[in-house]
Amino acid sequence: MTAPDLECTHLTKRFGDTTAVQDVSFEVPPGSFFSILGPSGCGKTTIMRMIAGFLAPTSGDIRIKGRSVLDVAPNKRPVNMVFQHLALFPMMNIAENIGYGLRRKGLPKAEITRKVGEVLERIGLPDIGARKVDELSGGQKQRVAIARCMVLEPDVLLLDEPLGALDLKLREHMKIELKALQAAFDTTFVYITHDQSEALVMSDNIAVMNAGQFEQVGSARDLYYRPETAFVAGFVGDSNRWRGQVMGVSGDTLQLRSENGLELRGSCHGRRLARNDTAEIFVRPEAIRLGHSAQDVSHFDNRLSGEVTSLLFNGAASRILMRPESGGEEIEVTLPQSGEFAHLDRGAQVHIGWSSDQGSCFAAGTA
Amino acid sequence: MQAAHRLGFVLLLTPLVLWLALLIIIPHIDMFFVSLRERVGVGEYETSLANYRTFLEEPLYLMTFARTAVMSVLATALTLLIGFPVAYYIAKIARGRVRSALFLLCLVPFWVSELVRTFGWMILLRETGVFSSLLQWAGLAQGPVEMLYNDAAIMVGLVYTSMLFMVVPLVTTLDSLDDAVIEAGYDLGGSGPSILREIVIPHAMPGIVSGSIVVFMLSLGNYLTPIMLGGKDSLWFTELIYSQFIVRFNWELGAVFGFMLLILSSVIVWGTLRLTGQTLEKTMG
Amino acid sequence: MIPTIPQSRLIRATYGAYVALFFLYLALPLAVVAIFAFNDSQFPSLPWEGFTWDWFFGDERPKIGVFHERPILRAIGTSAFVGLCVSLLSVAVGTSNAFLFNRYDFRGKGVFYVLMLLPLVIPGIVLGISILVFSSTVANAAWNVMEWDIMALRPGLLLVILGQFSFITTISTLVIATRLQKFDRSLEEAALNLGAGRLTAVRTVTIPFLMPALIGAFVVAFLMSFENFNTTLMLVGSDAPLTIAMFDRLKEGSTPLLNAVSLLLMVGSSLLALVMIAFQRK
Repeated sequence: MTAPDLECTHLTKRFGDTTAVQDVSFEVPPGSFFSILGPSGCGKTTIMRMIAGFLAPTSGDIRIKGRSVLDVAPNKRPVNMVFQHLALFPMMNIAENIGYGLRRKGLPKAEITRKVGEVLERIGLPDIGARKVDELSGGQKQRVAIARCMVLEPDVLLLDEPLGALDLKLREHMKIELKALQAAFDTTFVYITHDQSEALVMSDNIAVMNAGQFEQVGSARDLYYRPETAFVAGFVGDSNRWRGQVMGVSGDTLQLRSENGLELRGSCHGRRLARNDTAEIFVRPEAIRLGHSAQDVSHFDNRLSGEVTSLLFNGAASRILMRPESGGEEIEVTLPQSGEFAHLDRGAQVHIGWSSDQGSCFAAGTA
Repeated sequence: MQAAHRLGFVLLLTPLVLWLALLIIIPHIDMFFVSLRERVGVGEYETSLANYRTFLEEPLYLMTFARTAVMSVLATALTLLIGFPVAYYIAKIARGRVRSALFLLCLVPFWVSELVRTFGWMILLRETGVFSSLLQWAGLAQGPVEMLYNDAAIMVGLVYTSMLFMVVPLVTTLDSLDDAVIEAGYDLGGSGPSILREIVIPHAMPGIVSGSIVVFMLSLGNYLTPIMLGGKDSLWFTELIYSQFIVRFNWELGAVFGFMLLILSSVIVWGTLRLTGQTLEKTMG
Repeated sequence: MIPTIPQSRLIRATYGAYVALFFLYLALPLAVVAIFAFNDSQFPSLPWEGFTWDWFFGDERPKIGVFHERPILRAIGTSAFVGLCVSLLSVAVGTSNAFLFNRYDFRGKGVFYVLMLLPLVIPGIVLGISILVFSSTVANAAWNVMEWDIMALRPGLLLVILGQFSFITTISTLVIATRLQKFDRSLEEAALNLGAGRLTAVRTVTIPFLMPALIGAFVVAFLMSFENFNTTLMLVGSDAPLTIAMFDRLKEGSTPLLNAVSLLLMVGSSLLALVMIAFQRK
């Protein structure tokens, strides 16, 4: 078992009275892609700046390859950072930008030129060394910013929402490319973002952060299908959400009556919930099956029927909103890919159902 | 529509053209012609370069000319050296209210006339002045100390008067340098001096150039500070211009001096812009 | 370097001390000028002879205060008159220039722009003599041709105003043009779309937007005119503005009267600057 590349223990940072980061511990194994996902202001940038050395933690320790770096100045730490707006040096050309860190190490000129050439080759932009920063496209700048760090062969590369400034199409493309670059360089990446799809697509492990604390650390699949807290369930992916009272418990299955009068069944996945507790239940739109008749959904233990109120066409991710007859808010349901319901109209009568296993229940009041 | 557009254009162009032609361009051309005029008798003139010859053949004129140029360059360099750390402090280190307060404080001396500023330095530096009295009181000097009427006093006054014009452009350019860029420099292993050399100063170059040009111009064309703070031998070129025009009434020679001053400043401004790859529009506008 | 980068305490302290020293250097001359305005002595120097208001309100020799010193009061009046004229003229022409450079593309625009900036790099004293030379050329020509003696073209207030106007206009043009550049043209188009005429649109939408810059340019122009020395020195006639009047006195020897005038100047210009800042904030 090798030491983790990056290890934070009981990391806490207070600014005056406010606690930005509270008792956060995690480790990142070598060569993995680790993301910290959270809404803005949750403290993820603070963690990143502490790792880079631009903020000193109030308490706790940061170890890189087993060695504490708290007393190491930012310019001596074996971590490098890709800044939010990339912070490429506008006064230098691309080769000078990439060679900057190598010059600081005092490498001979010939070697710098060679290494810069190599890394440019690797990011697939071999001939741009003499260009100016503002002559590059957004995606090219992105790659140069990463190359500028990677040429120094850091133990850990920190990335602070580097895709935020790009337009949607490019962002989608860069997600795949970043993942490929990480594999090519075989370096540990720590990536922070508020965009869940970035985190879900790229990461080996994701920490969901809220109000200074980690809510859950796990793989993308874990977070999506087995959220451990109501915050994670609500933050990662879309969900239909009800709040109600627990009417009965049998094993893992709960019976709930929602505030607007729906009878629902869900699963607590081992969390402690008792009769008369107030609970929240989350159901993903794609977990709900659609049927023309009550017969089609009869094998589910949650069944509702109602009228389609809106069609939200979005290609493969098209959904409908339906209002249950038995009352309550509109429910979002994903249309099946088969095209079976492609001609559904507003006002049409539909039946929906889902298994209680797909409804994640949490004690209410935490989120 | 098209006619109205043309009319508007002509109406707006007229004041500009009148201003530039009547107050800037034609007066300077006229001054040039006067400088080429040689007085051969009462009310009789010939066109010749005689006045320029006088300027070049009189050591006092040439010396003063060179001295003024060198001292102005020195004053500019000093202002830059003293002002840069302060501008950096205001732009990058001070935050919030402190920052705006410091910036405002830098502007204060500009709000009062140069005469008042010079007067202040006279009160401080002269034989019966504050510094002299303090030195005697502290026992560091036996008798009154004269700190006025020398080149150092001129320097102090020039740097003081021009400081604002250096600090403001520097603060503006340094302000536009993203903190993340400096952090990136550190993150990639840079140290204070190397970041200053490779990142901060290259970024601040437009501010350094425009500040230096303005300070140099102001020093070169200054009249009050050298005459009030300088000694008998520390003649400034502007004093020669004044005396030819107002005291001796020798406008022809005065015009030559004026022209030489203009050429000197243009050459240095143009040279600085050339060397640093800046343009007048970018640095001034 | 910046607060987020750890730095030794010694370096921080040294840096802070340097900045403090710098501001002391800035404040010192102004502070002594102000303080000695209240010294109960014939000279603005130590020793301190006690506090007095005489240099402001005194009305008998040897301590005649500012408010009873006619020549100084007249000089202040002259300066204010010149300042107002210069400010009005330069803001008017500056606005026109700003619109011209912002709204029109024409041949030679670049050349005109550089010419417009030129007065900033011409030493003030050279501006002064060139205008002096030219005006007397015109005056002499008028006399030779038509036997007219145009007094206005001899050194005096008109020339002082023109001389100051010649370079202050550049400043006001830059101030106004900067603000005009930030103006969103679609606002004007919206006004046109809502039924305003071209001029009405400018008057009701653009000019109010420019107001802070217009006021700022006016105040800056007034202050620059009030303080100007170099250009004024070459063009002044018998009515001396304040800086020239003070300069003549200073050459003869200083009394705390000059400190008192200076202090009033400081207070006056600070107030003006505050007014300007207040308007800018709005």
